[in-house]
Amino acid sequence: MEPTSRRNFLKTAAGGAAAATVVGFPHVSRAQTKLTLGLWDHWVPGANDVLKGIIEEWGRANKVEIAIDFITSIGNKLDLTGAAEYRAGAGHDIIAFGTWNGTLYKDKLEPMSDVAETLIKKYGNFNENATYLNFQDGRWVTLPSPIGSHTYPLETRMDLWKQHAGIDVRELFPVDARKRVPGKVQAWDWKMFLAGAKKVHAAGFPFGASIAENTDSNDWLGPLFASHGVVPMNDKGEVTIESDATVGVIEYLRELTQFMPKEIYGWDDASNNRWLISGKGSAIINPPSAWTVAKRDQPAVAAQVWHHDVPRGPKGHFRGALPFSWGIWRFSKAKQAAKDLLLHVSQREIQWKLITASQGYDYPQLPSFMDHPVWTEIGPPPGGQYNYPVRGDEKLIVAGWPAKQEYGVQIYYKWLLPTMVGKATSGGMAPRDAMKWAAKELEGYKRG
Amino acid sequence: MSANGTALDVTAPARVKPERARWPLRLRSRGAVGVVMCLPLIALISGLVAYPFFYSIYLSMLNKRETTFVWLDNFRYLTTLDTFWTVVQMSFLFTFLAVLWKAVLGFTLAVVIHALPVRGQRVWRGLSLIPWVMPLALSSLGWWWIYEPTHSALNWLLMLVGISPKPWLSEPFWARFSVVLVNIWYGTPFFMITYLAGLKSIPQELFESSAIDGASAPQRLRYVTLPMLKNIIAITLLFSTIVTLATFDIIRVLTRGGPRHTTHVFGTYAFELGIATGDVPLGAAVSLFMFPILAVSAFFILRGIRRSTV
Repeated sequence: MEPTSRRNFLKTAAGGAAAATVVGFPHVSRAQTKLTLGLWDHWVPGANDVLKGIIEEWGRANKVEIAIDFITSIGNKLDLTGAAEYRAGAGHDIIAFGTWNGTLYKDKLEPMSDVAETLIKKYGNFNENATYLNFQDGRWVTLPSPIGSHTYPLETRMDLWKQHAGIDVRELFPVDARKRVPGKVQAWDWKMFLAGAKKVHAAGFPFGASIAENTDSNDWLGPLFASHGVVPMNDKGEVTIESDATVGVIEYLRELTQFMPKEIYGWDDASNNRWLISGKGSAIINPPSAWTVAKRDQPAVAAQVWHHDVPRGPKGHFRGALPFSWGIWRFSKAKQAAKDLLLHVSQREIQWKLITASQGYDYPQLPSFMDHPVWTEIGPPPGGQYNYPVRGDEKLIVAGWPAKQEYGVQIYYKWLLPTMVGKATSGGMAPRDAMKWAAKELEGYKRG
Repeated sequence: MSANGTALDVTAPARVKPERARWPLRLRSRGAVGVVMCLPLIALISGLVAYPFFYSIYLSMLNKRETTFVWLDNFRYLTTLDTFWTVVQMSFLFTFLAVLWKAVLGFTLAVVIHALPVRGQRVWRGLSLIPWVMPLALSSLGWWWIYEPTHSALNWLLMLVGISPKPWLSEPFWARFSVVLVNIWYGTPFFMITYLAGLKSIPQELFESSAIDGASAPQRLRYVTLPMLKNIIAITLLFSTIVTLATFDIIRVLTRGGPRHTTHVFGTYAFELGIATGDVPLGAAVSLFMFPILAVSAFFILRGIRRSTV
């Protein structure tokens, strides 16, 4: 064998580096490297196994020892794990975060800008909501993750709405966005929804959505307020909730809640699922988890469930979304390996497998991945989840947007909107007084 | 001969002396040995009670980002919040009602079980303890199904007997009632078993002589049982007040503080502020609001006990 000269070695090394740059991530031998991951415990059976297989295969190929803990989000266990590791300065190298955790812990997180920008260069921008939540203070504090990310479309019993309200949601939102009739889609607004809600209520199948201390409440009320031009706080930190538009939305909700179940003020995140699955409800605002359970327990109900756009308002068209993200702690001793792994699992072909494994529940944060066939294929009914990814002009937001994230997390987790609405629709408070209560709370959120 | 066959050394006591001399004189006293024996416990209490307590005081005086010392500003800010005063109101209401009813029911149960034949006592004592030995988070989940807003098992039973369903978790009054009821269900066995032990320690002669003197059952209760159990009642009330005021699981599982923050107590509200929104200093300030209240109650109750035993 010809001995390697210094010049040859440099040539080979430079060639290798160039190749690695093109592929997007380096293959560096990492004997002795160990990566620990705290990942969200997926509720879809089998989804964890697929992810585990992908990560372990990468570990074998790159000589990285892998240790994965799947941590449930039930009982806030994932949140508590993140909080404990943040304060202790010890724990997993990579940790999955719920929607706002990156904001809470960003000062101890390794910036992910290099990974995010590589992906953007290759696949285009992340959606605006993911960018709002992950890109802060001029850097990507966390990397948007498809796993566990979800949006909140309307989940409608198409038979009941067609029969009792005269609205055929399958015709309005067909399994091909090009077949939508613009005039009809434009007419699908909160006023039309209220008229429909009255009719299905009269028929004994009300629309149900919680107004309580849970995420589902935020994820339909936030978009409803935003579509009327109401956000609690703007991006400059000014409290903007005190307006006639806010009073108008509260008045609207006072009317709508007359045609909803009285128990919504005590509901948790699973209550609306049960409401739909039981056959009592005709519509909820939720990811496809309700449909998935119905498919197992009440197939006749599942076969009539159609996912589609939420109604639009006079000031826009918004849908709630709760994306997850991945973070790498600064204290990690294997940051580069962690970044390489996350870059690997963010590749299109890998995400393809993960979306399939989650039966379409996981929502990619890169819009260019929305052409996955699962949402067209999965059923029954065939194409019932086609509109789970945004197909029209809905903008994904999280309640709290567009306030600076430190304030947004408080708007969200102090349940500002559900509490304000609950005070006015069930607590006997005048809409304007409820709004003033919210404005006072918001001023307090700005404490440094 | 010694065990190993060597001749016993008569000068052995003289050899022991240098051995003992290794310990300084002041460490050879009983008091010093006591302190040494207590060191592990002191270390545990220091690490798991004292340090977290002082650390939480320190945290409560920091700003939200934990970068600046703001003294009592977090406490001042809390007092400006309507939600906080709702929490204070609920914490006191919850504690007062729950402790009162646990004490009354626990005492009644103890008296009833004490009056049973010894063999029957065992069964009933065991059954009564079940709520207390079950993991609270688990039993709270069971209660969630009983109260579940849409498919409540309790409402189903009520409707069977012609009573209209109640909004157990959806309306503030009923939600408060529901969480208090679960706490009473869970905590009554503690009172029962403590009072039962107290009842068993009262000399039987006292009851017999009072009966001979013509005392009726209520009079025996008023003039014999209650005075003899006075200290036990005081201690259980103190313990239960501390534990009840710090309730977390029941409310977290059943209502998460709702509807409209009306069932939050200090513990659940502190969790919401500290963990969910990342405002750990404000969360610490909320939890510390309990401390002066508990300290004052403990002072008066313990002083009462001391005076009655001197």
